[in-house]
Amino acid sequence: MRISPRYTQAAAVAILGGATFVTLAVLVFIVVFVLVKGLPVVNLDFLLKNPEEMGRAGGIFPCIVGTIVLTLVAIAIALPLGVGTAIYLSEYSVETRFTRIIRFGTDCLAGIPSIIFGLFGFIFFVTTLKMGWGILPGALSLAIMVLPTIIRTSEEAMKAVPWSYREVSCSLGATRWATVLKVVLPNALPGIMTGVMLSVGRSIEETAVVIFTAGQVLQLPTSLFDSVRTMAVHFYILVREGISTENAYGTAAVLIISVLLVNTLSYWMMNRFIARRTK
Amino acid sequence: MTAAVKISNRNFSVFYGATRALRGITLDVPAHQILGIIGPAGSGKTALLRAMNRLNDLDLNCRVEGQILLDGEDIYQPDFDVVRLRKRVGMVFALPVPLPMSLFDNIVFGPRLSGIRARPCLNELVERSLQAAFLWDEVKDRLHTSALRLSGGQQQRLCLARVLAMEPEVILLDEPCSGLDPISTARIEEALITLKNEYTIVLVTNNTKQASRVADTTAFLLQGELIEVGPTPQLFMAPKDQRTNDYISGRFG
Repeated sequence: MRISPRYTQAAAVAILGGATFVTLAVLVFIVVFVLVKGLPVVNLDFLLKNPEEMGRAGGIFPCIVGTIVLTLVAIAIALPLGVGTAIYLSEYSVETRFTRIIRFGTDCLAGIPSIIFGLFGFIFFVTTLKMGWGILPGALSLAIMVLPTIIRTSEEAMKAVPWSYREVSCSLGATRWATVLKVVLPNALPGIMTGVMLSVGRSIEETAVVIFTAGQVLQLPTSLFDSVRTMAVHFYILVREGISTENAYGTAAVLIISVLLVNTLSYWMMNRFIARRTK
Repeated sequence: MTAAVKISNRNFSVFYGATRALRGITLDVPAHQILGIIGPAGSGKTALLRAMNRLNDLDLNCRVEGQILLDGEDIYQPDFDVVRLRKRVGMVFALPVPLPMSLFDNIVFGPRLSGIRARPCLNELVERSLQAAFLWDEVKDRLHTSALRLSGGQQQRLCLARVLAMEPEVILLDEPCSGLDPISTARIEEALITLKNEYTIVLVTNNTKQASRVADTTAFLLQGELIEVGPTPQLFMAPKDQRTNDYISGRFG
């Protein structure tokens, strides 16, 4: 028996709409749940004071600083390497077996569980290079973890820039490099930014890599070789060791809000950039 | 014809992969004239044009044989400065491609690359180029808005102005009017006829009427071969080759 297209159409709308609704509902539920449980303990003291009694009391200031510094250093390492690789793959190399292997390699790297990067960072940076636990080995390991994301998003963004722009630029006497700087990169920037934002998000929320490589010392860092405890790690330790569930939720609330802030801010900046170019 | 020769193609061939797009073309481009190149689609017109400022280099499948001399110098010799060549030999493409930036920035793109930074200098250059491309009056009040907002005809004249701003010696045009309405086409043709006093122009066109209107010399290409070249009136009124006659009288192509 044939079902009337009217019903299949209605069913499709219902199923797809339902899927969207379930996804959104789960997301909203998690955010609201964490915020409701966490926000009551969040106040200025919580944000700006040092923790006391292993985090049972006091604030999370060192964790906030640790998270920011670790993420910034990781991105500062990964961004030039990743975008550089992407420029090479997209602008300077012909599609050969070699570039396909590089691409396959980066794709595989993107699928590796983060704890493997943590273990590698621990064995290589912390132990073999004798760096000890600290911001630098932590940031290096995070950088390796997010590199594939930055490379692939940047490469796709550059490939999406019309070929004719490159021809025009070259025909106006630009070298390959000038074309990359003045035409390809500005037009690929929104795409590159997306990759960077994804990487920032992953670095902020990462625990496994950070525990293995940056350690978990609850103190304000004074150098790149000091160990730090990020918010995500702090949350994990507070819950696992049964120190303070309230403060764990408080930390989680701050974490979620900062990720939201970072995302909103970067999209706002990106839109302003695009608006200025197409005015 | 005793006009000086600006560009000289000597037994020049272009290959894309295994396909041969041009077969041993020998063709002189006279200085301060408009050379029209006509021929049906796939006859190698564009390949020839792109060879003259080595834009074919961007396509890594492309290989060339023979020589192209610019003022007597082979542009395909290994140590020839390609960037300098492209500044001397500018190109306007079939589809207008304004870069996604303001009109002003589009026009000064080339000059800025050559190191011209002084604002008054750039301002003057922009005005002069837009005047020469018959676009100044239409856009002088919105030089700093996006070039993407112009109409198709205006965009193509902007592309012409952008090439003029580099102060090249030769301008290559690849079917510059294929997407334009008759009025815009007339404007561009008008600009070209004025410009040939200062520049050497090579115009590839699908439109034989356009060649007969503006070209001083016309060359007819067919399947990668140069069939006939001569002064425009002679080529159109009394072609020597039967195939030329067939093409211009609209029997094929």
